[in-house]
This record gives sequence, structure tokens and C-alpha cells, in this order.
Amino acid sequence: MTSVRKLLYSKKIAPYVFVLPFTLTFAVFFIYPLISTVRMSFQDILPGQVKWVGLSNYRRLLGDKVFGQAVFNSVRYMAITCALLIPFPMLFACMISSKSMRGAGVFKSLYFLPVLTSVVVAGLVFRMMFSELPGALMNSILALLGKPPIYWMKMEYPSLFALILLCCWRWTGMNMLYFIAGLKSIPAELYEAAEIDGANAAQKFLRVSWPLLKPTTIYVLTISIYAGLAMFTESYMVFGNNTSPHNYGLTIVGYLYRYGFEKLRMGYASAVGLALLVGAMLINLAQLSVTGAIGPRRARV
Amino acid sequence: MTRSVPGVRRPLDKPRGNLVASVILIAFFSILALLIMVPLIAMALGTLKGGAELWRNGLNLRPEFGKWSLKSWRYLFTGITVDGEPLPHSYFTWFKNSLVIVALQTALTLFISSFVAYGFEMYEFKGKSALFLCVLLVLMIPFEILMLPMYVQANSMRLLDNIWGIMLPFLASVSAIFFFRQYLSGLPKDLLDAGRVDGCNEYAVYLRIILPIMGPALSSMSVLVGMGAWNSLLWPMLVLTSMSKYTLPIGLNTLFTPYGNNYDLMITGSCFAVLPILALYIFAQRFIIDGLTAGGVKG
Repeated sequence: MTSVRKLLYSKKIAPYVFVLPFTLTFAVFFIYPLISTVRMSFQDILPGQVKWVGLSNYRRLLGDKVFGQAVFNSVRYMAITCALLIPFPMLFACMISSKSMRGAGVFKSLYFLPVLTSVVVAGLVFRMMFSELPGALMNSILALLGKPPIYWMKMEYPSLFALILLCCWRWTGMNMLYFIAGLKSIPAELYEAAEIDGANAAQKFLRVSWPLLKPTTIYVLTISIYAGLAMFTESYMVFGNNTSPHNYGLTIVGYLYRYGFEKLRMGYASAVGLALLVGAMLINLAQLSVTGAIGPRRARV
Repeated sequence: MTRSVPGVRRPLDKPRGNLVASVILIAFFSILALLIMVPLIAMALGTLKGGAELWRNGLNLRPEFGKWSLKSWRYLFTGITVDGEPLPHSYFTWFKNSLVIVALQTALTLFISSFVAYGFEMYEFKGKSALFLCVLLVLMIPFEILMLPMYVQANSMRLLDNIWGIMLPFLASVSAIFFFRQYLSGLPKDLLDAGRVDGCNEYAVYLRIILPIMGPALSSMSVLVGMGAWNSLLWPMLVLTSMSKYTLPIGLNTLFTPYGNNYDLMITGSCFAVLPILALYIFAQRFIIDGLTAGGVKG
């Protein structure tokens, strides 16, 4: 017994004891599920019977029009949110860090408030603001513009607008904070040198801030791509559940949820999940090689 | 996260500035602040208007002072409806369930993740870099992709409808491990040897010497983990099946029915669910922001 104790306390074994909780979690809740989802993707699973079907789930996926629409919706959402939630927060961060700005702290605190609200609370509030009732907020704005009320969540672009607005509302402040933190790490001497050389505000942004914010930008872009492609709860909350008219709100994860948890076709759902995994990794690898980061490690560290 | 160096002025500290630019900037950011506050103001107003009005008009910004009452709040706290009828609801059961999960998950995640981070940072051992690559791998793969096989796994481990099922997969949290490791890398390694000379074994060095000086990192992470647990919807929704075990987000979501009979409770309950985090934010703003931005700063 004492020898076991001694071994456990030795400098050789102790490191493995320290990382054991992660190793176990990784094995039980990551690697095993990953392997089992790969296995399930080659099976047709009905309660009580499992059949190996080879590649037929994947073949079906390729011809599945609804899956195509889910992919289109997710990619479109990801592209729009990335296009909005990187340049604008970066610009706002530069503006709020400007030497002419007063009371920046108060504004930063206010912009951060949406990050504190959960998807559930934000989703319920947005759903009731985008309600089809004539008195609801968005329809009252239309009324002010002299337009009749519309069924926001039953139309393609209005409902997309609601989802995008929800995303921008929640993340503008957060992304601004990333960029403000990035700007703070740029040495002030660089700006002073640029000023001595006669650079104006735009030149200082283009020649100093923008290139030196690159690591922050890559980081924000990487997480935005993943979050955009894996979006589900926002749509689930704003539409009230996982169904939406003409599948306007259906995302890839929503499709996985539909087959995995609603229709209990776990084989097909697994194929959907793996398609998303491969797609997300390919897009991010492409992004990281285009933006010049050597690998994901460098973007994070 | 950046330390200010004496003699170097940050752009923010500069006393000079252009008055016209100041006015334009402040006007611009005030408008942005107002826009961002709109949903929160609409929600706060909604708590004062009563369920019937919410059902008729949804949420909007019209103040309608004449219709204000605290009846929704009274219903939330007493279970007595507008008509004076008792109609008990489960809001505070969900609230209590969420509090229990937040407390347990935060305490356990901090302890376990800092324990693992310590192992990664302070020792050299075989397979370390491969294992840390696994941490990064988990960090990169969205949970949603694995939720189905994780659910199957939780089912086979009899963890469904059980609060441990909600917590167990996330106690060795990769983002916390990553954050703590970064913090630990800034500490001098001599501390360990000093502890060993004093007769501490490997675990006592962690418990007695390292854990106490990790205070700031632990505070940042506790706020983050707690906030995540308080707000989390998807995984708890998959794991829990009985209504008496629901967490607050799941419970609130069940109140949204097409009949609109619960809108007063739903909006007032949503507002009240944000308040604990808001209070925390007011006291611990620094910690929250440091923790959340840690990933992007180091570049």
C-alpha cells in the first residue's frame, strides 16, 4: 500500500494524475462519442435494430434538398455575421480608443450588457419584438414609416433580418472588447512615430492599427466562423421551436437535431454532424492559410 | 491583461484631443448605446404592462404610463394572478435548480481545470504536447456537432435526467484549462522548489502554494463559468426530462405558448433571471471582461 502511495506521490507519476481528469473527460465525452458518431453514420438505427448500410447515409445526404437548404442557410448566416461583426466592431474599437473620446468606460459597460443575457431571454424578447402583432416594436416602426404590419417570422428575409440583428446585438460589444484589448497591446511609440512622419487618422489606422490587429482579427474570425456554422439555439428561440415556415430558419445543427432527437434517425443525423465538422474545419483551415496564420495554435496563443 | 509601463503613455491617456471630434464621437456612441438598450428597455417596460397587454401588442417601446402596474411582479413572487386567484408556478423551483447547478459546476470546474492546467504547465512528461493538442482540438470543435453521440453516451451511463449528466462532460473545461495555463506560465517556477524544500509533496505544492496565488485567474473564470452555467440551454434541455428538475432557461422557454397565457410570467421571469448576472457585472466587471477577452489578447 505504501509503495502505491509512494508511486502516486512521485514526480514521475504526479503529472499524469494532474492531467487525468482531462484525459478521462476527453476519452469518455469526446473521443468515444466521435468514434461512435462515425460508426453510426454508416448505420441505419431504429429502436431495437441496427443495420450497416455503408455509405448510403452520405449518398442520401448529397441528394437531400432540405439538407442543402440548411447548409445554404447556415453558410449565409455565417457569411453575413462575419461580414458585419468584424469590420464594424473593429472600427468602433478604434473610434472609442481615440484620444478625443470621453467617457469610453461607460459606453463599453453598456455595450457589454447583451453578452450577459442568455440566448433564451434574448430570443424570447426578440420574438416578441418581431411578433406579427401590429402593436409590436418592429411593426410599430413600419407603421411610423407608413408601411402595413408584416409577418416577420413567416417571411424569408424579415426572419433572416431578425436572426442577424439578434446576433449583432449580442456580439458587437464583445467583439469590440477583443479589438480594444488588441489595440491596447500596440505600443504607443508606433503612433507617435507615425504622427512625427505626418500620418493622418486614416493612415494611422491602415498602416499601424490594421496590420497589428491581425492576430485579434484572425481569432475573432475563427470563432465567428464556427459559431455561425453551428448556430442553432438562436433560431430555435426566435422561431419558437425547430420548425420554421418553408425551413427559413433551419440550420445544419437544426437538421441534425431534427433527425437525431425528433425523428430518432441517429445514423443519418450522425452523417449530418460529420459533414458539418469537415466543412467547418475546411473553411477554417482555408481561412487560416489565406490570412497567413501557420495553424490554429498560433491564432489562439 | 496588459501592464502599463512607466513612461509610456497609452493613446487613451493622452490629455489632448479635438473638441469637435469629441462631440461627434460621444453623439455616435450614445446613439449606439441607445440602440443596444432597446431590447432591454422593451423587456423592462413589458414587466410593468401585464400579460393581457403583452398578448395583444407584443413588446414595444411605448411607455403607456397609465397601464403600469406591479401585478406581473406580484404574480412572479406570490403566485397570485391579476384576478387575485392563486395559480402556483414553478419559476422558483427552476431558479433554485439553476442556482444549485451554477454553484456546483463553478466550484468543481475551477478546481478540476486548475488542477489539470497545473499539470500541463509545471511538468515535463511523455505525451504532454500530444495531450495538449487534444485540449486545442476540443476547443476548436463546436459542442453542437457532438451533442448526439454525447447524449447516447450519457444515456448509456445513466446520466439522463440527472444534474451530474449536465455537469460531468464540462468539469475539465478546455477553455478554463487554457486560461489557467496561460496564467500559470507567468508564475516563477522557483515557488515549486521552495515548496518541495519545505516538505510539500507534489499535490500539496498545488493546493497550498499555487491555488492560493491563482486568485485573480480563479475569479475571472468563476464569473465566466457561472454565467455560462446560468445561461446554458441546449445540453441541459437534452439531458433533463422531468419538469421538477428544469433549469431556469428551459423553464422560461416552456412558458412561450401560442395561447399567450403565461406572457406576464415569461417576461417578468426573464427580467428577473438577468438581474443576478447584472448585479455580478456591476461588482465584478473587470473580472468578466478580463476572462472573456483573454483568448484574443495575446495575439
